[in-house]
Amino acid sequence: MKIAESWLREWVSPELTTEELGHQLTMLGHEVDAIDYEGAGIADVVIAEVVECDVHPDADRLSVCKVTDGGDELIDIVCGAPNVRRGLKTPLAKPGVTLPNGLKLRKAKIRGVVSNGMLCSAVELGLGDESDGIMELPADAEVGTPLVDLLALPDAIIDLDLTPNRGDCFSVLGIARDVAALTGAALTNPDVAPVAATIEDTHPVELVEPAGCPRFAGRVIRGIDPAAKSPLWMVERLRRAGLRGISPVVDITNYVMLEMGQPLHAYDAALLTGPIRPRLAKTGEKVTLLDAKEMELRDDTLIITDDSGPIGIAGIMGGLSTAVSATTTDVFFEAAFWPQDFMAGRARNYGMHTDASLRFERGVDPEGQGRAVERATQLLLEIAGGDAGPLVVDSAQEHLPKRETIVLRKSRLAHLLGLEIDAAEVTQILASLQLEVVPTADGWSVTAPSHRFDIQYEVDLIEEVARIHGYDSIPEITLAAQSPLETVTESRIDTERAAATLIGRDYQEIVTYSFIDPEANAKFTGHDSALVLSNPISSELSVMRASLWPGLVAAASTNMARQQDRVRLFETSRSYHGTLDAHEEVVRLAGLIAGPVVPEQWGAKAENVDFFDVKSDVEAVLALTGNTSDVRFAAIEHPALQPGQAAAIRRGDEVIGLVGKLHPRLVKDYDLKKPAYVFELDVEKALASSSPSADVISRFPAIRRDIAVVVDEKVTAAELADAVAASAPDLIRDVRIFDIYRGDKIEAGRKSIAIGLILQETSRTLTDDDADTAMAAAIAKLEDKFAAYLRD
Amino acid sequence: MTSLSDLISKAASDIDAANDLAALDAVRVSFLGKKGEITARLKTLGSLPAEERSAAGQEINQAKQEVQSRLTARREALEAAALQAKLAADAVDVTLPGRGASIGGYHPVTRAMLRIEKIFKNAGFGVRSGPEIEDDFHNFTALNIPENHPARAMHDTFYFPGGKLLRTHTSPVQIRSIVKEGVPIKIIAPGRVYRCDSDQTHTPMFHQVEGLVIDEHISFAHLKAVLHQFVEAYFERKAELRFRPSYFPFTEPSAEVDVSWGEGKWLEILGCGMVHPNVLEAAGVDPEKYTGYAFGIGIERLAMLRYGVTDLRTFFENDLRFLQQFR
Repeated sequence: MKIAESWLREWVSPELTTEELGHQLTMLGHEVDAIDYEGAGIADVVIAEVVECDVHPDADRLSVCKVTDGGDELIDIVCGAPNVRRGLKTPLAKPGVTLPNGLKLRKAKIRGVVSNGMLCSAVELGLGDESDGIMELPADAEVGTPLVDLLALPDAIIDLDLTPNRGDCFSVLGIARDVAALTGAALTNPDVAPVAATIEDTHPVELVEPAGCPRFAGRVIRGIDPAAKSPLWMVERLRRAGLRGISPVVDITNYVMLEMGQPLHAYDAALLTGPIRPRLAKTGEKVTLLDAKEMELRDDTLIITDDSGPIGIAGIMGGLSTAVSATTTDVFFEAAFWPQDFMAGRARNYGMHTDASLRFERGVDPEGQGRAVERATQLLLEIAGGDAGPLVVDSAQEHLPKRETIVLRKSRLAHLLGLEIDAAEVTQILASLQLEVVPTADGWSVTAPSHRFDIQYEVDLIEEVARIHGYDSIPEITLAAQSPLETVTESRIDTERAAATLIGRDYQEIVTYSFIDPEANAKFTGHDSALVLSNPISSELSVMRASLWPGLVAAASTNMARQQDRVRLFETSRSYHGTLDAHEEVVRLAGLIAGPVVPEQWGAKAENVDFFDVKSDVEAVLALTGNTSDVRFAAIEHPALQPGQAAAIRRGDEVIGLVGKLHPRLVKDYDLKKPAYVFELDVEKALASSSPSADVISRFPAIRRDIAVVVDEKVTAAELADAVAASAPDLIRDVRIFDIYRGDKIEAGRKSIAIGLILQETSRTLTDDDADTAMAAAIAKLEDKFAAYLRD
Repeated sequence: MTSLSDLISKAASDIDAANDLAALDAVRVSFLGKKGEITARLKTLGSLPAEERSAAGQEINQAKQEVQSRLTARREALEAAALQAKLAADAVDVTLPGRGASIGGYHPVTRAMLRIEKIFKNAGFGVRSGPEIEDDFHNFTALNIPENHPARAMHDTFYFPGGKLLRTHTSPVQIRSIVKEGVPIKIIAPGRVYRCDSDQTHTPMFHQVEGLVIDEHISFAHLKAVLHQFVEAYFERKAELRFRPSYFPFTEPSAEVDVSWGEGKWLEILGCGMVHPNVLEAAGVDPEKYTGYAFGIGIERLAMLRYGVTDLRTFFENDLRFLQQFR
């Protein structure tokens, strides 16, 4: 909310500079986003009157003028504004003046015609962001006097970021109340004395939905001058608050809203037919609003009706059919109390957001309606004349908020803040906020005024005391108490350690969005996600990913496009599975490598990575768990992986991850310049570990025996190694596959696998006989199980 | 017959002239070998009269020792030179890069997050997590944000059909943790959060760390101390903090915290407050007996300040040239 310092100071004027005032507002909880200073540096700009105005002989768009600043001689000015005309009063900057935009004026010739200064627009004077030409000042403005005097400048426009709980602060009055409480400066309520009625006229209002409209203040004013103009001071204040002047009646409703926080609406009384009845809309009812848009209504929306049907949406925007216009002479002012429960979220449902809805959603003072209508009446009579009927306030007491008494305990105050505040000061603070305070034996009994409907609990009072006393004065106390120690588990490896292992192997961590393109998700997983956002940022970010690969592949693609030929990435984050009723979030560790094994270098061959590079990285991570004896890689088919280079990683019967070569189709889709290899681990399962248990190390020497066996291509290395190891589990310490041979020395469809066995006993030195026996058993097992035979 | 002294001089000059170990050995043989000249002199001793033998023998032995010591000295010199030559041939250009790959690194957001976790873990905070696909109750209602509360509009929530949503903050973990573990409790909850907002200073996904401490005597003064210590630990310098009154539905009193950043400048870094009694009640805790504080820290914000990153969006572009600066 923007608020002009001059307006605020009319209500409360502490002895503080603008900056100090801004700081105090921030420390009150009304954060100052910005302070804009207006009118600085334009002290020498004076009010002038255009006396003569002709078209420039050589330029149609320029006018050659003679203006007076009250001096003896007329001043020649060439002006380019479309609205310059004889008789217009407007600001004049003479040679020597430097405008806020840095323009320094000097005598000049414009297209051959002398110009001794400039007639100025609001923007040129640093007064606002828009102007249609030079400023048009009132006809009664005094020629030759400084513009700043007329406009009450300089001024500062303070932009406040108000919190949603303080609906009472969306007004000059609201901010002034808080400033007064903090600084002790007096709150000077400008004169809002009741305006006596001079006519009897009223307009009937029927509260047929009292819960939704427990109070409605209305007043008829007849015979206003439709040609009246809003005074400059009012238009200026509205402009400084970010609103444009429109007509006296509309400007007055806006002015009173900005001043008192109570939105008002003005009807053309001549266009109302029958009593006004605020009620809930029926589904499908329609109303055309002031902005000429037709709205189809929902049944949770309060509307205002008369005999013609809906004539406005309550608290959001009035209707077109009863709107005031340039010919309106009879006005009916409405100031209603629409409770927050009936307002919250409603404007949003219609894609709307108005100054009125902003305030009603956050709450307005339930007692403020009559006062607002009095203020509006007073201003309207001043500006446009007319005769006022009596103020009529209809209320449904039982539906108005009750003002409860809240107990504030001294002990609780000190406990929650960690600070003892003198009781007298607490009483004074609460009273300064216009709360009714009665000190009791162990605290205070407090009743909040109607505008402080946000105060409901004891903690709310504690916050008020702390806010005014100052958060700065609360001490810092370090908690000395012991925290219970938590178990440091060895049942799972820290994700951080697994990540560090990958980092040690030259992987760079990336962070990608959890929501991705539905098509990408399906391509990588083979099925559609059931977790689809209703309101995504874009369709490319609309489903929750079931795999981390799409993000990794997209990042690899971007980096390859940026001349990175070697890409090694990982991400640790969640994938999302199942349905909305029963979804599952699985933490994954996933990676991608592509390009050379090592960066280009003098000492290493330039070779691109293959399946066994990525597998080695996965094995390194799994090795951290010390729990790899029953980890197996099994060939599988997977939609994202190239057939024949795809494996499921199992521990026992459980799949703990996937590894393989990215399918060439995806390589093409993502425009990868090199083949990529990917893996994905389920962190919970893959990093399951156990506390290591020490075995006795043999003091006796080991024997190595090598064999080469020929087997069918279908037999896997792992099967063979497992069978060998199982043939003499007590003797065989290690089985190493050290060569694979295919070629003309053995028949097609078979391969030779060379296996090294390390044999060792813990209690004695093995003899050659022991080794021979073990080897014979191993070979027999291989012959039996795989029809293997020894290669010569 | 050559005199012994001449023989020694000759041996000395031959030894000096020997340029390798083989040549030196030849010199040794020619003087001290079986048929060497000095060996030959020893053999002549027998033909001398007995009274002269002792003196002559002593003289020859001295000559032999002298030649031997010269041979040894020369051998050592030649061996040292040979080793030198061999090592020189073995020398490498030590400025050539080492073989193999370098190392990767953490993403800067993770890097900041791990530091934040470490700071709080050291102070005895447990680390907790919760679901990112949340329900309305945990994300809003239990946090004292009833339906239609204006604060909801400020959250720019991503919804799923049927009312589930992507958590807009890490605060739901407060509720889940209290319900699961009870009180007292002292935890942080880092993680991903989501807001339906994307522009220069907003990304639809970002990271937060939630903090929660509940016990029988927790006050705002404890909150101030822990956050002040945290900021100084994180930035590794003395820092001035400014607590400003603010509003979060789930805390009361609430504050936003600014850190001093150069000449009179304050930067907002986090929000915090005393846990609202309604939140404690929703989680089944007696607010008369227990009080607590909570805070929420934006991790990207702290990473940007710490590492001089000026555009939030670069965190999620995953450009290796950007990321490799943080390892």
